[in-house]
Amino acid sequence: MSYSDKVLDHYSNPRNVGSLDKNSTEVGTGLVGAPECGDVMKLQIKVNPQTNVIEEAKFKTFGCGSAIASSSLATEWVKGKTVEEALQIKNTEIVKELALPPVKIHCSVLAEDAIRAAIQDWKKKQEVAKPAQAAVAVQ
Amino acid sequence: MTTDVKTAVQEQRTEANGVKLPVYMDNHATTPMDPRVLEAMLPYFMEKFGNSASRNHSFGWAAEEGVDTAREQIAKLIGATPKEIIFTSGATESDNLAIKGVAEMYREKGNHIITAVTEHKAVLDTCKRLEKNGYRVTYMPVQKDGLIDLEDLKRAIDDKTILVTIMAASNEIGVLQPIAEIGKICHERGVIFHTDATQAVGKVPLDVNKQNIDLLSISAHKMYGPKGIGALYVRRKNPRVQISAIIDGGGHERGMRSGTLNVAGIVGLGKACAIASEEMAKEACHLAGLRNRLKEKIMGRLDEVYINGTMEHRLPGNLNISFAYVEGESLLMGINDIAVSSGSACTSATLEPSYVLKALGTGDDLAHSSIRFGIGRFNTEAEVDYVADRVVETVTRLRELSPLYEMAKEGIDIKSVKWAAEAH
Repeated sequence: MSYSDKVLDHYSNPRNVGSLDKNSTEVGTGLVGAPECGDVMKLQIKVNPQTNVIEEAKFKTFGCGSAIASSSLATEWVKGKTVEEALQIKNTEIVKELALPPVKIHCSVLAEDAIRAAIQDWKKKQEVAKPAQAAVAVQ
Repeated sequence: MTTDVKTAVQEQRTEANGVKLPVYMDNHATTPMDPRVLEAMLPYFMEKFGNSASRNHSFGWAAEEGVDTAREQIAKLIGATPKEIIFTSGATESDNLAIKGVAEMYREKGNHIITAVTEHKAVLDTCKRLEKNGYRVTYMPVQKDGLIDLEDLKRAIDDKTILVTIMAASNEIGVLQPIAEIGKICHERGVIFHTDATQAVGKVPLDVNKQNIDLLSISAHKMYGPKGIGALYVRRKNPRVQISAIIDGGGHERGMRSGTLNVAGIVGLGKACAIASEEMAKEACHLAGLRNRLKEKIMGRLDEVYINGTMEHRLPGNLNISFAYVEGESLLMGINDIAVSSGSACTSATLEPSYVLKALGTGDDLAHSSIRFGIGRFNTEAEVDYVADRVVETVTRLRELSPLYEMAKEGIDIKSVKWAAEAH
């Protein structure tokens, strides 16, 4: 299988590799895929509570070169976007940007899932945190 | 393209390590031809181009002489007689001819065939086709070490069993099945024994009489010979084994395989066998030395690395390792100046990880993480060192990238995690 230059670039120089504090209320973590399937992506976002802008994004991926590239690209794309904007990212855009062959489309789907899962996790934390904050405010 | 950059990088590396890149270490897939084999073949393309079936002129005789010599060379390597060697296009055809040939010939005696789940597809898919035609096939499991249990075999044989087909050496994990013991059991029970010896011929000693083998598949390109030529050994006495032809025509090869003989290829296969007869013992030591060096250099520097299949009964040039928490295809991508294979789904057309590794009880996650190293005649110590360094460097880098490695280091049991595999 031959890879596009963009996949090779992301594979050789992955952007935003690492981890954020998963216990922070500002951080959302998405963990998708399964080891048995050969792909696991962990994508984390750190969201500014005032602006809802994703200020930081980190990933770690177990998977083929296309999976690594898809998640690396996803972190680049979500950074600087608001949560709502990030939810608009489609796997087809990742396919196009990285010129993924049909057999690798599932890697892009997984990356989209990872973004959504991270945002969902973050949103859940906000719902839990808000009533608590409100209660504090009342007191 | 970044080709120019890549070439520059490779040249730099070549100078630094004294290793010519890319390194070929996939000798189970195919082998380069030995120059001595090519030399033996060359006269048979233009000077001695005759048809070995032309009995009435010197062109035919010259070709026939080449074929006869080759038949002797091949027979000698496996302890057979020249008349027992039937030329085919390769081991896939040999496996088809052996299995389908016996199935048809002995149909009245029985319809049961025994094989193992880790066989090559040339055997498994042939058996599957026979199942559609009313044959019964037992696919024996293998133990964790990759070997079949002889007691399983004894239990599987019944009064309808006509054929047992078990490979001599695995193309993936290199394990050597207990061929002599299997042959003995088969002969005690009056069952024909076929072995796909594609990976074993010329690598480990084989003797069709001592090991009670009735049919044996050979391929030239796995042993430094040309592609497109192979052979099937068919026992002529004690007992005499008969097979139905699957290719009809001019009645070549005693009616078992029609078609004008590939004389140059046959001469090449013969020469490859002659070289193996001379050099196999010495070469096995050399290969095992290199293989063990590779193993030590990798395992000494990386944790959570697992060998697939027994080391005790194994081809000297084979090493099959799973690198936990790293996906095989991404590892291959990182060592793209080294030619090896992976059991990862991503490298197969079916998107399924290696069925051979799964049969050993290796989890799918570790099957995805496996790399097969096939060390051959022309590999050097410097190449082994280079490969080990590159593998260690790449695995380390990819583990830094792996969420699974991070979780494992945090003490999370990955098997206990509920995975949301939406994409699958």
